[in-house]
Amino acid sequence: MYKTLRQIRHIGIVTEPPRGADEELRVRAALQARIAEVLGRALCIREVDAGSCNGCELEIQALNNPLYNIEALGIRFVASPRHADLLLVTGPVARNMELALKRTYQAMPDPKLVVAVGDCGCSGGIFGENYASAGRVGNVIPVDVAVPGCPPGPARILAGILTAISPGR
Amino acid sequence: MSPSTATPLVRWLTVATPLAGAPGARRAAVSPAQWRDAMRELAAAEFRLLALWTSTTPAAAVHAVLASGDNLLQLDLALPAGTTGYADIADIFPAAARMQRAAADLTGIAADARDRRPWVRHAAWPADYLPLAASAGVPAGEQTVADDYPFVRVTGDGVHEIPVGPVHAGIIEPGHFRFSVVGEKVLRLEQRLGYAHKGIEQRFTSLPLLEGHRLAARVSGDSAVAFSWAYVQALEGMADCRPPARALWLRALALECERIANHLGDLGALGNDAGFAFGLSQFSRLKEQWLRALEPVFAQRYLLDYVVPGGVARDAAGGALDALARCAGDIAREARLVRSIYDEHAGVRDRFVGTGIVKPQLARQLGMAGLAARASGQAHDLRVDAPTEPYAALGVQVVCEQDGDVAARVAVRFGELDESVRLVARIAAELPSGDHRGEVVAPAAGTSGLGAIEGWRGPVLLALTSGSGGSIARCHPHDPSWQNWPLLEHAVIGNIVPDFPLINKSFNLSYSGQDL
Repeated sequence: MYKTLRQIRHIGIVTEPPRGADEELRVRAALQARIAEVLGRALCIREVDAGSCNGCELEIQALNNPLYNIEALGIRFVASPRHADLLLVTGPVARNMELALKRTYQAMPDPKLVVAVGDCGCSGGIFGENYASAGRVGNVIPVDVAVPGCPPGPARILAGILTAISPGR
Repeated sequence: MSPSTATPLVRWLTVATPLAGAPGARRAAVSPAQWRDAMRELAAAEFRLLALWTSTTPAAAVHAVLASGDNLLQLDLALPAGTTGYADIADIFPAAARMQRAAADLTGIAADARDRRPWVRHAAWPADYLPLAASAGVPAGEQTVADDYPFVRVTGDGVHEIPVGPVHAGIIEPGHFRFSVVGEKVLRLEQRLGYAHKGIEQRFTSLPLLEGHRLAARVSGDSAVAFSWAYVQALEGMADCRPPARALWLRALALECERIANHLGDLGALGNDAGFAFGLSQFSRLKEQWLRALEPVFAQRYLLDYVVPGGVARDAAGGALDALARCAGDIAREARLVRSIYDEHAGVRDRFVGTGIVKPQLARQLGMAGLAARASGQAHDLRVDAPTEPYAALGVQVVCEQDGDVAARVAVRFGELDESVRLVARIAAELPSGDHRGEVVAPAAGTSGLGAIEGWRGPVLLALTSGSGGSIARCHPHDPSWQNWPLLEHAVIGNIVPDFPLINKSFNLSYSGQDL
């Protein structure tokens, strides 16, 4: 126990201030002022890997590390879409995941914000569209914000999330 | 035919001819009549099945790669014209079962196995659409309905099922787990995978040979270096091109950096799944520190575009390498401190020790691979068994444990973390001078090669055949998760449901890498 406490004290708080929203990432604007007012201080996110290579998942997981410390911003990843304000979707949408993704989206309460993460989520990426891949997330459910990158770093993903809940221009 | 240990080695290895790519790789043609005998003999000689796949061009064929010591043997079974069936080998190599099912979905070439349920095909495209058949176009009609997969039912007093997935509670890949439980105790787990199947093998055939490494890197993003290296290893062998020594050393540097990043991530997540959030805080901080240290050297946090045909995408400056080695040393020191805390923490030990056991005998029987196998006494590591340059010079120390539980898989990760940190320092200090990239000219049509690289999870294999005009005729990437997913089903038997996330994380298998 002593070692644990000593390490905690030794490391201290390493959290860095987040960069803000980035309007360049917005795909679709809907009720932004109201969304910012309601969700701006406590946002619940459900993440769905719709068929990614798992690279984007690694960077999304990093949002929970002490440096990005996303929970300190009032943002939390939740286990059920029924508790979620925002859906974070990665991957080209595998056709085997199309139904699960649609059902997850349907299970969310309004306003059903969606952020597509990664080149594949934005455009289908290197996988494109074929018998097994429906391509970009926007082909399956409506997307509000798209964050390109392969994979995009945690700071970019966070900017995408903050854009989705910011009042906009 | 009597299985002896000497005969098969003589018989199959002497008739085998060299195969381009991985060091020591050889291939031998077998007839349908010899197929099962060959498998039986090689199994008796302690060969392990590393991969099985089928191809349709130029003619229908089944391929398998088996390994033992420094022997890497590919068997090619050409099917008689007009036939699409071959003999099941899952009774000899249990790991073949799912590979045979997936192969049948993709090419229609099917083993005469008892379990012929589709594996990667769910309901999204019709059964008569064969994605890798020569004539495959676009499937007729789309369906997005749920199909009714026939899970094996467990019956009895008080038995009930818990379905989990494909969308999981955490930030992880999609897959379905069906638990049959009594109270809290798991009687049986059956996995259903294939949700992340995105047509990778078909997509390869529309890419130029000299660009396939980019897709290979994205088979499983956490193993990008291993897959892209396996791809270019096959390609460079086929093209008879030898990359400069500096390039090979830089690839090894990248591979060890990838191993360190993944082990740091897993060691934190394992602490967290044992209810010790302190572990996650420490290791996720160290992992972030490590990924940031990679950027000045590789210009990326995850090395998806570093390994390229002929070498690596960019050279590394001496100063940046020294800084990377220093950072690795600092991280190893901190990791050892947290390890001592894990080792002394009663709650963590209670969750780790004796949980999710795979005994060495079962690991051997079922052909377990890689890191998880090394935690169950199977000391196989391609970096030592069949070392690619520069690994023979680096002298990797294999980390092996015998207990086969979560604690053993944690211990292997700690040991390998230290070893990789040592390798990073050694490479940084002894990196040969010269170019970081050479020329590669696409080989002639119909050339085949095999890449084999020990990624952080285990042996990554990639079989490549060139088409005409610098195209890809067939590319089959193979992740060790194929072998280990069925072992996870065994490891969880008799454990309580709440221990499943911990056991699952201790394997940390790739969905994308096996779904393709």
